[in-house]
Amino acid sequence: MSTTTTVNPLDGAKAVDRAPDKVRGAHRRWWLKPRFVISGAIVLLMIVMAAFPQLFTGFGPGPTENCDILKSNQPPSAEHLFGIDIQGCDYYTNVIYGARASILVGIVVSAIAFGIAALVGALAGYFGGWVDAVISRICDMAFGLPFILAAIVVLQLFGERNVWTVIFALALFSWPGGVRFMRSSVLEVRNREYVQAARLLGAGNGRILRKHIVPNAITPLLVLQTLGVGGMISAEAGLTFIGIGLTPPAVSWGLQLAAAREYIDAAPHLLMFPAIFLTITVLGFVLFGEAMRDEFDPKGK
Amino acid sequence: MNKPHEAAPSLLEIKDLRVEFATRQGVATAINGVNLSLQRGRSLGILGESGSGKSVTARTIMGLLDTPPARVTHGQILLNGEDLLAVNAKRRRSLNGASVAMVFQDALSALNPVHPVGRQIGELYRVHRGYSRAAAKRAAIEMMDRVRIPAAAKRVNDYPHQFSGGMRQRIVIAMALALDPELLIADEPTTALDVTVQAQILELLKEQQSENNMGLILITHDISVVREVTDEVAVMYAGRIIERGPTAELLAHPAHPYTRGLAASIASEELKGQQLPAIPGSPPDLLRLPQGCSFAARCPLADQACTATIPVLQPVALQRDTACFKSEEVLVHA
Amino acid sequence: MLNTQLEQQPKDSVQGPLMEIRGVKMHYPVARAMPFGPRKTVKALDGVDLEIRQGETLGIIGESGCGKSTLARVLSGLEKPTEGQVLFEGQDINTLHGAERAQMRRNIQLIFQDPYASLNPRMTIEQILMEPFEIHPDAVPRSGRRAKIAELMALVGLNPDHLERYPHNFSGGQQQRIGIARGIALNPKVLICDEAVSALDVSVRAQVVNLLASLQQELGLSYVFIAHDLQIVRHISDTVAAMYLGRVIETGTYDQVYDRSAHPYTQALLSAAPELRQEPGKSRQLIMLQGDPPSPIDPPSGCRFHTRCPVARPSCATAEPGLDPVGEGHAARCFFPGPIGPTNN
Repeated sequence: MSTTTTVNPLDGAKAVDRAPDKVRGAHRRWWLKPRFVISGAIVLLMIVMAAFPQLFTGFGPGPTENCDILKSNQPPSAEHLFGIDIQGCDYYTNVIYGARASILVGIVVSAIAFGIAALVGALAGYFGGWVDAVISRICDMAFGLPFILAAIVVLQLFGERNVWTVIFALALFSWPGGVRFMRSSVLEVRNREYVQAARLLGAGNGRILRKHIVPNAITPLLVLQTLGVGGMISAEAGLTFIGIGLTPPAVSWGLQLAAAREYIDAAPHLLMFPAIFLTITVLGFVLFGEAMRDEFDPKGK
Repeated sequence: MNKPHEAAPSLLEIKDLRVEFATRQGVATAINGVNLSLQRGRSLGILGESGSGKSVTARTIMGLLDTPPARVTHGQILLNGEDLLAVNAKRRRSLNGASVAMVFQDALSALNPVHPVGRQIGELYRVHRGYSRAAAKRAAIEMMDRVRIPAAAKRVNDYPHQFSGGMRQRIVIAMALALDPELLIADEPTTALDVTVQAQILELLKEQQSENNMGLILITHDISVVREVTDEVAVMYAGRIIERGPTAELLAHPAHPYTRGLAASIASEELKGQQLPAIPGSPPDLLRLPQGCSFAARCPLADQACTATIPVLQPVALQRDTACFKSEEVLVHA
Repeated sequence: MLNTQLEQQPKDSVQGPLMEIRGVKMHYPVARAMPFGPRKTVKALDGVDLEIRQGETLGIIGESGCGKSTLARVLSGLEKPTEGQVLFEGQDINTLHGAERAQMRRNIQLIFQDPYASLNPRMTIEQILMEPFEIHPDAVPRSGRRAKIAELMALVGLNPDHLERYPHNFSGGQQQRIGIARGIALNPKVLICDEAVSALDVSVRAQVVNLLASLQQELGLSYVFIAHDLQIVRHISDTVAAMYLGRVIETGTYDQVYDRSAHPYTQALLSAAPELRQEPGKSRQLIMLQGDPPSPIDPPSGCRFHTRCPVARPSCATAEPGLDPVGEGHAARCFFPGPIGPTNN
């Protein structure tokens, strides 16, 4: 594996020997790395839990069924693994159902941000000029607003807030980072030789973007947005906890934490279980994103 | 061991060197049993294309292989009898620069962009010989003069980017020569340079080698550069030396079909308007080396023996060895 | 439509050049060294005139910074020159727009230096070779495309069974063959080869040179062959232009430029290449030039070569020579053309 070939004097850096590529990095298959396996399992488990909570609670009643107000705040027992909440409902069922809001917010907000960033970033990076100037200035302005503060302001406008309200508020300001990211990765791909070759064949801008630029520039953004899922989940929990996010009758970890706050001495289990689930979920998504980044976008570190 | 020369003590002796690389697809054999020797004051060209193992050989001598993924599985590299593969890190550091030095292809990345060139040359004297700051600077200017950088005293405080490509390569050579090494390894030193500048740098290397009685190993893919500079040449293919001997003699009358093919595929003037006699196919995959001769698949003379067993280097003429079952035939027809 | 016009025209205009550039300048602004410092430009091409004739190869030689790669980009239409015209069959390719421009582009294709970089790593070979026909659906009817691709693969010496593979599964030489297959898919008239074989291994380079030569014969292509390998340029070219700092300094047939070089720079350049010096029957003496080529940001005054020229006289620093004839079809940009040194032909 020698590392030299004939090179044009102008671009010594581009020596065309790819042998080191094959050598670099993993010796094991990446999907067998422990970090990827563990975080992937957590992410998968949480997604299944959000989609089909019944699978985990037995096919029994939903979170607000079979409640007995007399049993309020009972600690964990054999019958009620996570104890009973203030309303006298089974807390295990409630925590499981709480996953849905968190995961939904995390994934949908990241997906929206991903879509906007991919499209807008690609346009800015590819066309440059005034298109880029306009988009970049809008991004700068959106960046200037503190993210959480902006979300709070928007959420204040709504009296009753469900999952979609929260998604709207978070998605509204979550894309500028992704746009910049996509823009710079498009700038890198834009002048590659295969893009020039397509242009010489007469390909139009739409085709070049669709077939050549976006597929080769999207991976870093995908990784970034995966890393962002955990952040969005904790943002939702945080907003809900301080009373600006979801409002009842929604079920979410943030709401459970907020309710548990007042009973921290009498019923610590009410705080503990949603907090554990929240932490593990956020950690799972962040580790998953990092594992993906190390594999697909080693430069992004 | 078929040493090409009488028993003069060797400056460098490589014995049955084997290097492997761990890759995603499996283990690639980059060097597969290389034997070489070089005397003081002689120059040796290692000729080969990418994947032949020529640069890996150089990096192994210098102790610059990244391990992992690379692994030296077998062999010795003796510099004045001392095995470079067995020395500890401290000894290695004191040998590098002082006894063996290397010139890289890319001069810009071989120099630190944030330090003036004079300081980078002078650093060697400060570290290895304990010179004072002023003495190191004087020595640096002297070295820059020696590699013919105009107005060296004025330019000693300039930064690498302020020099042109050719001048930067001269500075890299000055650094390599600073501690009077016994062995200089130049890995494609002129490949990135323009042809008029290339001529200057080759001239400088040749002259410094003979003036200082150094051993020089020149690694290149370019037959004409080897022919211009070196006394002996070793041709590498897929991790093995397939032919070695005195440069002029070997290139004029190759005994291995690969060497013959390389020499013939050059677009000389007589071939104008005709097809070039190209070697068909491409070099083998180092992950899946064939059972017999690595060149058999591309060789016009190959028969069953060639695909079944690996030919070893054997003497074919005075001071010449070739690893080919058909070398007699090749020599006659060349 | 323009398409039909183009297809009818060429046979009549065989006398004139197929492609021609006139007074082409390409100046790039460079970032100022200091705020409010003088705004400088790189004069990559500074008044270049060249002709490309039907079925012939024009070789371009010169060192880094001479403008040969910029020339490839301007000729192929990837970049619009700051000044001057790029004419294809008498029509300026940079005055066309939209569909007409796309049609024009089919005629001029570029083969890149780095074969791997010129292929989209996420597309299979089939997708890569299908693309030209998707862009120009009229070129080959849908039903005939697979056969056409198989034909292209065979033409460039690749196994048509490998269409499902990705570029990284191929060696450098094979990748360059794929690039060439894509380049000739739309039956272009001109192929611009910008260091097209420089990145290939020595043993593979000759194969690709042979392929280009046989394609030229079979398809009647015209080539502009840009390379720093001087032997290969001589091998493949009919006419050769030597460039220095954004200017053509000598043009002529390959043997005029190589064996009867009139410009001192051409002589020095050719003599510096060991492979040419070592040829039997040639008595080239190394003419060692001092220093590196100057920067194209501030080219020297007068003759641009006077700072390194072994035969320069004081007048060379003040006035610039024109590209004047020194023989039939042979021109040099020098006040004192002719051989330097006693042994140089």
